[in-house]
Amino acid sequence: MRVTMTINGQQRSDEVEDRMLLVHYLREVAQLTGTHVGCETSLCGACTVLMNGKAVKSCTVLAAQADGAQITTVEGLAKDGELHPVQEGFWEEHGLQCGFCTPGMLMLATDLLSRNPDPSEADIRHALDGNLCRCTGYQHIINAVQYAARKMRGDARKSA
Amino acid sequence: MAAAVVPKFVGTRVKRREDPRLISGNGTYVDDVKLPGMLSMVILRSPYGHAKINSINVEAARKIPGVVAVVTGEDLKGKLGSLTTAAPAEHIPYHPPLAQGRVRFVGEAVVAAIATDPYKAQDALDAVEIDYDPLPVISDPEKALEDGAPIIHEEFKTNISTRAQVASGDIDGAMRSADRVIKFRLVNQRLAPVPMEPRGAVAQWNQGSGQLTLWSSTQGPHLLRSYLAEILKLPENRMRVIAPEVGGGFGAKLNVYAEEVLAGYLAMTLKHPIKWVERRRENLATNTHGRDQIVYVEAPVKNDGTLLGLKAKFICDAGAYLQLLTPLIPGFSGMMMTGCYKVPAMAFEQLVVFTNKMAPDAYRGAGRPEACYIAERTMDMVALELNLDPAEVRRKNFIPKEAFPAQIPSGLVYDSGDYAAALDKALKIIDYPKLRAEQAEARKQGRYIGIGLCSYVEICGIGPSAMLPPTMKGGGWESATIRMEPDCKVTVLTGVSPHGQGQETSFAQMIADEFGIGIDDVTVLHGDTAIVQYGTGTFGSRGTSVGGAALMMATQKLQAKMKKIASTMMETPPDQIVFHQGTMALASDLSKSIPMQKVVDAAYGYKVPIPGVEPGLNESAFYEPTACTFPFGTHACVVEVDPDTGVVKFLRYVAVDDCGRVINPLLVEGQVHGGIAQGIAQALYEEVIYDENGQLLTATLMDYAVPKAEMLPHYELDSTVTPSPVNPLGIKGVGEAGTIGSTPCVVNAVHDALKPFGIKNLDMPLKPERIWRAIKSARKA
Ligand code: FES
Ligand code: FES
Repeated sequence: MRVTMTINGQQRSDEVEDRMLLVHYLREVAQLTGTHVGCETSLCGACTVLMNGKAVKSCTVLAAQADGAQITTVEGLAKDGELHPVQEGFWEEHGLQCGFCTPGMLMLATDLLSRNPDPSEADIRHALDGNLCRCTGYQHIINAVQYAARKMRGDARKSA
Repeated sequence: MAAAVVPKFVGTRVKRREDPRLISGNGTYVDDVKLPGMLSMVILRSPYGHAKINSINVEAARKIPGVVAVVTGEDLKGKLGSLTTAAPAEHIPYHPPLAQGRVRFVGEAVVAAIATDPYKAQDALDAVEIDYDPLPVISDPEKALEDGAPIIHEEFKTNISTRAQVASGDIDGAMRSADRVIKFRLVNQRLAPVPMEPRGAVAQWNQGSGQLTLWSSTQGPHLLRSYLAEILKLPENRMRVIAPEVGGGFGAKLNVYAEEVLAGYLAMTLKHPIKWVERRRENLATNTHGRDQIVYVEAPVKNDGTLLGLKAKFICDAGAYLQLLTPLIPGFSGMMMTGCYKVPAMAFEQLVVFTNKMAPDAYRGAGRPEACYIAERTMDMVALELNLDPAEVRRKNFIPKEAFPAQIPSGLVYDSGDYAAALDKALKIIDYPKLRAEQAEARKQGRYIGIGLCSYVEICGIGPSAMLPPTMKGGGWESATIRMEPDCKVTVLTGVSPHGQGQETSFAQMIADEFGIGIDDVTVLHGDTAIVQYGTGTFGSRGTSVGGAALMMATQKLQAKMKKIASTMMETPPDQIVFHQGTMALASDLSKSIPMQKVVDAAYGYKVPIPGVEPGLNESAFYEPTACTFPFGTHACVVEVDPDTGVVKFLRYVAVDDCGRVINPLLVEGQVHGGIAQGIAQALYEEVIYDENGQLLTATLMDYAVPKAEMLPHYELDSTVTPSPVNPLGIKGVGEAGTIGSTPCVVNAVHDALKPFGIKNLDMPLKPERIWRAIKSARKA
């Protein structure tokens, strides 16, 4: 079947198998390998992307279901060479080590901050429910999200 | 010599240079490697814990369109060597990459299918017919030792792979003179490392050059090359291993696996690049596991809490085949089990036992978490039995600060330490006396608060190489090359293979300071055997301590050469020249200087020959550690147990760690956080479970409880700094400390909370159900 979607602002249209997962479409067809596969069973969150502005696990969405959608992947976060505040936050606060969970974390954080501009530590921990990180123990990820929140609210300061 | 120029970057929280590519989706992990004509490999695995293979029929599978090859163990007979262990053992089983005649654990590779895409390869496997005869299964190592137990490798006539016995001091005398001998059984349950990136391999055979290139998510590309070359019967200089971006390892990627052998061999025979990427189910079943030791502890003590000795009998699960370090890991547990304490006598006995399971091997801490668990549960058991304060029991038994370097009964020599200082600091941060009062008050109200302590010491940077088994390839050393390029930029080639630890940053900090240049003037390369000189790799918290020492050695050679050149130009003795802000300057007067670029030009241009100095600026060094380092610290936590549900809630978690000198505090924090998370996971959540038929019950992330953010506390970190006198940089290492310190800390806290119920010794993981049942039966009694 043919699917058409806008990925990181660029429209594309491809012939795909019915059973093709969105994550495979992004990685294999659109050649955007920033989105990772950690489990293929919707349990790790490494594959999280934004679909029409909402975080979804692209391993549990068929490419066909994303027909007509706006998709944002990690490759689409930075604008005009400027890092997105969540990217900046992860960099500033050492929110990543091996980096494998990171694209999913960034997309999830973007979604969270669009709904809650000032999340508490507990809010962030709760929001991370579906995204696993094996390296960081999460605390620096939480700091990173809060850094981004401050920045997006316009009062970015180095965290204590 | 004049005072060194003040470090600008070392010791500061420099943000990572690895991150820009990783936060923008530009990292290349194995699964991102794409080559023209690449085929996919998928593996069919044993559904049985133990079975005889009567026949395998692959005819139908081979006929499926798009399927290029379907390969069985029979097809490979005589063509490949056995997978192997680097450690000595009495009985080392033959371990073919694909099973031959028998399968011995669930997940063992049986058939490999190669096709134009993974779906077709899977279709091929679906069409394979295998006739198995199930055999009796052993999944409990203690049962494997019973008379009449089924034998897993018949040729050995026993399920014991190997045994060890170590004793020092008069342990029998200690038992006789003790007021009490406290005896208990500890279980260090089996864990799965679960790096978020599953393993993967891409193999490419270049027919023209006769060169095999293998991209692998490995922690040690050179070691992998050495072992694979032997199994594939290929000279090492015709094999290149690349560790691209590696998404976490934790020990599981420090091994030589069947799939790497198969991908390499099939790429060579089919003359097509081959990619294999693991699924999470395979990752949980067939990556090396960790821990899995049962220990019977006997602690002779005086009534005042003085420990007179420590005796332990270990039963260590080896799984069905030995992986690279399987028989080696328990040794660390035994050698380090006396922890921070002066113990006049010790003795341990270990049996390493085959079962129908995946082999355990290195997992973050690799033997030391088990050792620490013994020492620190012992301390709390002593306190409990003698009604003493656990902090006081520790303090009474600590090896005193004055005693360093301190030889412990196992023969190891602790480099430096101040265990009481770390304990005191942790107690102060949590306000221990006040906390005890609050705990007593809470108990009156029916609230069960527990305070847990763990004073740990661990062993890092294993060296000299003679400490490692003679059978192991490579050694305890590490290598580095440093090049000052013609434009004054520095390239570092390190033999360690970081996969999240951040040496691209910490090494750049060191080099920038050494030469008085910017961090961005330094590039650190690693993980490619065609680029980097032979190195040992990243494991055992050795990256910065041993890899950094090698880099310093190479740097000093390069600096000496540059000073020699500069001295001819400045007409000053070399030992009076320092590197300062892009110049080479007179130590006594930094304004008297020449630009470093001039020296570099002289070395590369060489139009004016420099007597006694070769052209070029490229130096290598291999650093052989003279001794191990011993990081230490105290973790303290406060938990509350809900007696009605058994749920454990964290109120505080404090860690005071001493990893010696610190290059980048931000990176150290990250290592400690991640380590604590994994240690807590063992204490409360994670466990690999095989049933009595050898079926793996924890084969998905639904069943294996890798902790989520809400399951972990907010960590409060502090430190003491006791430089290591045996490491040229004073560094001790920090990669595993958090994991080692946190598990006993949390287990002790939960037991402290449960003290009013008389509950003394529950096994990990301390899941709500286990706690709830214990409380229920305690209430009944
Ligand atoms: S890959 Fe989609 S949730 Fe794990
Ligand atoms: S940074 Fe490695 S899994 Fe999150």
